Amino acid sequence: MADLISIIVAKYNYWIYITLMMIGLYAMIAKNNLVKKIVGMNIFQTAIILFYVSIGVKKGATIPILEHGHGGHGHHVVHAADYVNPLPHVLMLTAIVVGVATLGVALALAIRVYNQYNTLEEDEILAQIREE
Amino acid sequence: MKIIGLIVAILVGALLVYAAADFPAWSDPASPASTYLSPHFIEKTMEETSVPNIVTAVLADYRGFDTMFETTVIFSAGMAVFLLLRTFRREEPEARHYRHVLTGVTLRVKEGGELPPSDDFERIDSLWTPHDLIIKTVCRLLIPFIQLFALYVIAHGHHSPGGGFQGGVILGASIILLAISQDLRTAVKRMAEKLDALLCSVGVLIYAGTGALCLLLGLNFLDYSALASVLHVDSIMARSHGILIVEIGVGIAVMCTMIWIYNNVSSGGKYNQGL
Repeated sequence: MADLISIIVAKYNYWIYITLMMIGLYAMIAKNNLVKKIVGMNIFQTAIILFYVSIGVKKGATIPILEHGHGGHGHHVVHAADYVNPLPHVLMLTAIVVGVATLGVALALAIRVYNQYNTLEEDEILAQIREE
Repeated sequence: MKIIGLIVAILVGALLVYAAADFPAWSDPASPASTYLSPHFIEKTMEETSVPNIVTAVLADYRGFDTMFETTVIFSAGMAVFLLLRTFRREEPEARHYRHVLTGVTLRVKEGGELPPSDDFERIDSLWTPHDLIIKTVCRLLIPFIQLFALYVIAHGHHSPGGGFQGGVILGASIILLAISQDLRTAVKRMAEKLDALLCSVGVLIYAGTGALCLLLGLNFLDYSALASVLHVDSIMARSHGILIVEIGVGIAVMCTMIWIYNNVSSGGKYNQGL
């Protein structure tokens, strides 16, 4: 029992991201409203972003901006263990902005669907398509 | 559908939990993600590019290709929203409504009618359009400071958290705040649609053009040390300056795309009063 609890505590970042991912996936599949599906997609994206940022963390390390960087003479030896992994930060930095852009495209598509069918509910849209 | 969705979500969750059992523990310095490539970046960035902010250096230099195409993705998203929504057909209603800003009186002008020549009128689309002097004034006072901060974030991306993406989003947010607090017409007067679309592509062009310039100067695409002869600095400082140039390009592109997407989505492509 104590083993299980220590595993749960040691990897809690993964449990948070898995939970968020499941919520997003469920919303994308099961929700009837297109805007709710888009919100589900965003929750899914946020889960991935949290996952990536959390794997970059190192215990006792600081943000990946070098100290004494302003003189620029390189007298200070830099240890990799003192700074968190910058790579996930870079990847997620662009992913966040691209996520906003894809959200814009998704909302634009939703607006077009609404103009065409006068509803955002998926079953009503499908019923209208079958009638045609 | 709800049950299928629930089953799929739980199945995926169970698979991920099973996989997470083999993952390294949280904040483990010896985890595989932090042992292969990232120590090189952390230890060598300063001597190779003279940029203390490793994230900026990796973003614009080591992974320059990736970032260039991310910028292109953002540009394409703005373009897609524009092509999906924008309508150029003018549907002029029989009567237009204007509000006299100082008194709050609404005027109805029939087709062919003319307003008295004055700057105190603003056009409104629906008869009930809320109007709040406090919000308008506070936002007008805030916007210059927001933009100043955005420029700081872009310019100091080398030494502190920041860079083109973040600064561009803040700049875009300042114009969007203007559109929310006043109305879309006021914001479009400040940042015209054509200018917005033009700057959006100029931002991407600055990035790709810097890469092409490096190519012309005899080195690889986006290898900024080629700029040393143009900028009259040594090749390490040239990489730092090259990063700044592409960050400015990214900032312009991101700012304009955010404004473009907001304008189109909030007005349904009509560019009228907006939200």
